[in-house]
Amino acid sequence: MWGRLKALFVKELLAVWADPRSRMVLIVPPLVQLAIFAFAATQEVRNVSIGVLNQDSGLASRELVARFEGSPTFTEVEQLEHVGEIRGLIDSQDALMVLHVGPEFSRDLEAGEPASVQAILDGRKSNAAQIVGGYAESILSEFGLERSHENAQALPSTSLETRHWYNPNLDPQWFTVPALLGILTMLISLIVTALSVAREREMGTFDQLLVSPYRSVEILIGKTAPAMFIGLAEGTVIVLASVFLFRVPLSGSLALLYLAMIVYITAIVGVGLLLSSLSSTQQQAILGAFVFLVPAVLLSGFATPIENMPDWLQTVTLVNPVRHFLDIIHGVFLKDMSPKTVLSFTWPMAAIAVVTLSAAGVLFQKRLG
Amino acid sequence: MTSNVDHSPDRGRRMRRVLALIRKELIQIVRDPSSVLIAGVLPLILLFLFSYGVSFDANELAVGLVLEERTPEVEGFVQSFTSSPYFDVTVVRDRREIEDELQSGRLKGLVVLGQDTIEEAARGGPAPIQVITDGSEPNTAQFVANYARGAWQVWREQQAFNRGGDVGGLVAFEPRYWFNPELESRNYLVPGSVAIIMTLIGTLLTALVVAREWERGTMEALLSTPVGIVEVIAGKLVPYFLLGMGSMMLATFVGIFAFGVPFRGSFVLLLLVSSVFLVAALALGLLISTVTRNQYQASQVAVISAFLPAFLLSGFVFEIGSMPSVIQAITHLVAARYFIACLQTLFLTGNIASVIVPNLLALAVFAVLLVALVARNTKPTLD
Repeated sequence: MWGRLKALFVKELLAVWADPRSRMVLIVPPLVQLAIFAFAATQEVRNVSIGVLNQDSGLASRELVARFEGSPTFTEVEQLEHVGEIRGLIDSQDALMVLHVGPEFSRDLEAGEPASVQAILDGRKSNAAQIVGGYAESILSEFGLERSHENAQALPSTSLETRHWYNPNLDPQWFTVPALLGILTMLISLIVTALSVAREREMGTFDQLLVSPYRSVEILIGKTAPAMFIGLAEGTVIVLASVFLFRVPLSGSLALLYLAMIVYITAIVGVGLLLSSLSSTQQQAILGAFVFLVPAVLLSGFATPIENMPDWLQTVTLVNPVRHFLDIIHGVFLKDMSPKTVLSFTWPMAAIAVVTLSAAGVLFQKRLG
Repeated sequence: MTSNVDHSPDRGRRMRRVLALIRKELIQIVRDPSSVLIAGVLPLILLFLFSYGVSFDANELAVGLVLEERTPEVEGFVQSFTSSPYFDVTVVRDRREIEDELQSGRLKGLVVLGQDTIEEAARGGPAPIQVITDGSEPNTAQFVANYARGAWQVWREQQAFNRGGDVGGLVAFEPRYWFNPELESRNYLVPGSVAIIMTLIGTLLTALVVAREWERGTMEALLSTPVGIVEVIAGKLVPYFLLGMGSMMLATFVGIFAFGVPFRGSFVLLLLVSSVFLVAALALGLLISTVTRNQYQASQVAVISAFLPAFLLSGFVFEIGSMPSVIQAITHLVAARYFIACLQTLFLTGNIASVIVPNLLALAVFAVLLVALVARNTKPTLD
């Protein structure tokens, strides 16, 4: 049986490896993707252009504006003369925010009255606008606190000391690069599996395989092994690049990471086989893969945090293997996650793998009659 | 006979041939459940997810509050955290009880008020309160740190007020978010998802369909008939153009009427911008299929050159301005970038010429260049 399986495995691998162009499609893109997306996929907001309309002539407002000009976030600060200019600047997206200091600002401050500063933000980019609004608010409150220093002396002298565990400088690449391990290995193993059966169906060679002495379990193993192999190989490349190129610390156990990766890719391959068993052409298999892929990435916590979702949707994400694997990747890379916690994220993926693989098996059997 | 008269029946025959090709392709589209899936079901899934779930709008963040001692002074501090709309607070006495939860990711941060801190504060010495965040999610960590600072400031103001002093000099921040006052991220994710869907239909689906024809040799057969290259290309482009526009309108109307996304620009402009983008996307799909002539390779190239860039390098989810300058330069080669800028402005702001005109021109350049490349590359060869 092993000899036969090996022959099948070699044949499947050759199907995606033999042709130099296919080989290139397998090797080059993941590396390019890793390089580009590692730098592109950041929620940080930098290099922001803003406008400032300062109608106050006092010293305080000039001091405040200087703080905005001095902030590394705001690379371009345009001075406005009158209110009418605000709309054009925001509409054309030349400024993400316009800060508006009213004529009463310094006087209110001197009199000990509450002063206020208005800001207009471009809600078209609501995420960036929200973050920039947060920056502006912290600059203002710091400014206010410093001015009120004398009044505040009577208060208990507490201060806030913030520490970011696992990623002390909040380097966004420490989050993104390991996450791409989950996304890119899924992309490749899903498409390779989904296409493997569909290609043979389309060409009519699947029937030949069925009348061969192979049992259907063997055919399934033969179809899954190359995708597993390719997925693991790509995963290894990304792990190496994360550690040696992007210098993401690998604080946890590599063995645990690989254990989880094998279970994860098995689950993905199960989904691919299920899609394969449902489709009769390569086009159907690939488009089916996308209908799975896009929601799976959106519901994984990669682009937006899971905890932002409503509770029922958070429950839905439990059947998404990507979600669990991303938790493990970040845990093992950054948090030195304990084996117990890793396993608690691994078994749901194992359950998904069992369900999808057996469903695919049943569907294939049905088709074979 | 002049050449003019000779030309006219020929043109009629050509037109009929193109129509026949279009009809054949349309029948294929309608018969194949996968095109319905990608043009009808996927847009609805995306709209649904963006409307009900996937968002950047932070919900309550789960944090642990460690209080080693509870004094009346501290109660106010606890209050400022538990009453914050941004936090879901678990109060414990010993940080060892919940440190594991930070590792498993259930808690996003810890606020530690130790006994020595409380004693120091009573003595008037410097008394640091520790805020520990889960830095493995940098964005969330930043939110936790900012909200904790906010809660702490509320507490300080409260303390000052209780002592009869006033904290004068504080500056209130009054932000107003134009075009999207509630800061619903769906309002810009829905327009963006239109670009994703049109990329999938225009580039991926077309690349697959035509690659199959090359794979089976039916493309060569078609090209060796009296039908010219232009007619073959038109016969392929028109049906998928219709499918893509249909899908765009489905997403737009469902977004506006079912999910309440605003639309403040003109529909005519939306149709124009979408058409130009779709022509570029379709041409890219054709080009990929002609170069690869193999469905597996075509799908991989389409994903890398169109789908992933539309997702990640277009300003859809990640800010282009925040990317390193090399990557920013690369985004100029992504057609979806210009399309998404137009879509977000048309949906949320209106017909802003200074945004629409340059982006539309850029899209037109893409469309013309890609169509020219396709025309040059689609030749019958006998290899």
